Amino acid sequence: MEWLAALGRAGLSFSAGLGRANLLLLASLRGLADLIWRPRLLFEQLYSIGVLTVLIIAVSGVFVGMVLGLQGYYILSRFGAEATLGVMVAASLVRELGPVVTALLFAGRAGSAMAAEIGLMKATEQLSGLEMMAVNPEHRVLTPRLIAGILSMPLLAALFSMLGVYGGWFVGVGLLGVDDGTYWAQMQSQIDWSGDVLNGVYKSLVFGIVCTWIAVFQGYDCDPTAEGVSRATTRTVVHSSLAVLGLDFVLTALMFN
Amino acid sequence: MSPKPPPSDTLVRIRGLSFSRGTRLIFDGIDMDIPRGGVTAIMGPSGTGKTTLLKLIGGQLKPDAGSIEVDGQAVHRLAKSALYDLRMRMGMLFQSGALLTDLSVFDNVAFPLREHTRLSPSMIRKLVLLKLEAVGLRGAQGLMPNELSGGMARRVALARAIALDPMMIMYDEPFAGQDPISMGVVVQMIRRLNDAARISSILVSHDVKETSAIADLVYVISDGKVIESGTPQDLAEHGREWTQQFMRGLPDGPVPFHFPAPDLAQDLFGVSA
Amino acid sequence: MSKTRRIEILVGAFIAAGLVALFFLAMQVSNLGSLNGGDAYRVLARFDNIGGLKVRSPVTMAGVEVGRVSDIYYDEKDFRAVAVLGIYSQFDEIPDDTFAKILTAGLLGEQYVGLDPGGSEQFLVEGSEIAITQSALVLEEVIGQFIFSKAQEGAQ
Repeated sequence: MEWLAALGRAGLSFSAGLGRANLLLLASLRGLADLIWRPRLLFEQLYSIGVLTVLIIAVSGVFVGMVLGLQGYYILSRFGAEATLGVMVAASLVRELGPVVTALLFAGRAGSAMAAEIGLMKATEQLSGLEMMAVNPEHRVLTPRLIAGILSMPLLAALFSMLGVYGGWFVGVGLLGVDDGTYWAQMQSQIDWSGDVLNGVYKSLVFGIVCTWIAVFQGYDCDPTAEGVSRATTRTVVHSSLAVLGLDFVLTALMFN
Repeated sequence: MSPKPPPSDTLVRIRGLSFSRGTRLIFDGIDMDIPRGGVTAIMGPSGTGKTTLLKLIGGQLKPDAGSIEVDGQAVHRLAKSALYDLRMRMGMLFQSGALLTDLSVFDNVAFPLREHTRLSPSMIRKLVLLKLEAVGLRGAQGLMPNELSGGMARRVALARAIALDPMMIMYDEPFAGQDPISMGVVVQMIRRLNDAARISSILVSHDVKETSAIADLVYVISDGKVIESGTPQDLAEHGREWTQQFMRGLPDGPVPFHFPAPDLAQDLFGVSA
Repeated sequence: MSKTRRIEILVGAFIAAGLVALFFLAMQVSNLGSLNGGDAYRVLARFDNIGGLKVRSPVTMAGVEVGRVSDIYYDEKDFRAVAVLGIYSQFDEIPDDTFAKILTAGLLGEQYVGLDPGGSEQFLVEGSEIAITQSALVLEEVIGQFIFSKAQEGAQ
């Protein structure tokens, strides 16, 4: 009986959290009108969310591409199909690894920082302070971060994929001797703009919304204590990663069936 | 401007206020009148919801029952925009200062001016410097909040709270955790702002000595009720036993030293009664 | 002021880099660069069997890509597959008795449509139909025929 009650409690608190998260999203979206008049707030967030995440994205992109080039070459060369190395590298990056790995790195780098920052603002009464200064903290603090996150994610994912394709090219063409022209030509003939690339962009847009939403919500909803803030950052990373991987399966099933 | 009815002497009128958090009843039918132009202190032991009361007055929380009127407007029934208009005329000094950590001292004080006025940058600069001068920190304008001591942060926050020349300021535990010098500075500053700038002050504190020194009127709350009100001298000399204990800081009295507990012997040796 | 300026520049660089990456994915990685959008005219070709031909498979003449398969459907009336070939409009002098066959690049490669020009003075235009076609080689059929002929040889 006790476990049933515990299940019920967990379910109730989960639904309550989901409801609060939805209300928060709505409230922040209402701040869009304000944001148009204060583009500077958006720029600042694009900096701390987007620009500061570029380095880790770029480095990971190159290495993931290089590994793909190496592994792909070993497998494809068994079938004498090294010519399709470019296709394999680009398809895996553009469809899956670009959006997914970028979202995971984003959750770890930008999402956790965002949750911690908002949580600290709550713990140090800055959010209350804004409210008492007749400034809506949802519009002021959350909306710019949400929009910046949503805008940054597809750009970061595109950077990741591009650098990955070059990483694969470096290993495949530069080190293992796949023909340069074949690498690109096969890729171009097999990778479809709307079917592969655009779907990847849509994926990363969805991941951008989800990851930023989770981060913003966890920060805003946390207990205003040191422990609450640290729990919020952990939860941000865990929930974002799970959401990204789960959603990736759903989106892939919908898009590439 | 249309002729306004003469402002009543009561700035904040609280009637039958009840508020609970979860299952815990924090306020149970409180009545309170906070006069215009004076320093009103709300005192009580820790955990009696004094900060909650300020949040209720500021409209950040909504009462379960009863009404709170600030300057004749029922705070809890105002629409968001009207509430924001009202808040522009209220300042609040948080215990931690609540400065925006990513802005410099200057920008923090300028923040409400930039948000709510269309003043030119040079005008804002002049106003900010004047406000900072009033709290004695004009020299610290370029510092970031994390470079300030606790007392300085609170003074910057005070400069920010008075930036829009509000009609009232709410101080949340302004004396807590201050060294004696900055405590003295704050005491003096509250009094000066109140008298010189005609800003009414509501002060929440459990520091009896400092509060008594500046308050015109003291409300003592405990267990969700107003125990007593009056001038500090009145309360200290003629107050009830409980108030006397609180004001003089006696360890035992009507407020027992022990949290309610079963008999010690029973707890220790498990002897059932 | 210089700090906000720095942020603005870096944000601008970030957005530009992201857009360049997207452009790169479009033009260099995917087939968008070789898709000439609306600058193509459509020609029908009917096949008994299209094998593994797909939408976007290349259409070539003498090994040069002149278009892409833009649509494939099944005609219920004559039980044949119809491939709609989008021929890039710069190739506007293809004789209308051209021969279309489905070929395979390499042994296991992808299939494509190869066009062999005829001798007609009339050219293919939007909506024309290629009359002479050769279906894809289906490996099972080829092997089946081979075994059948061997068996016949053995019987003789």
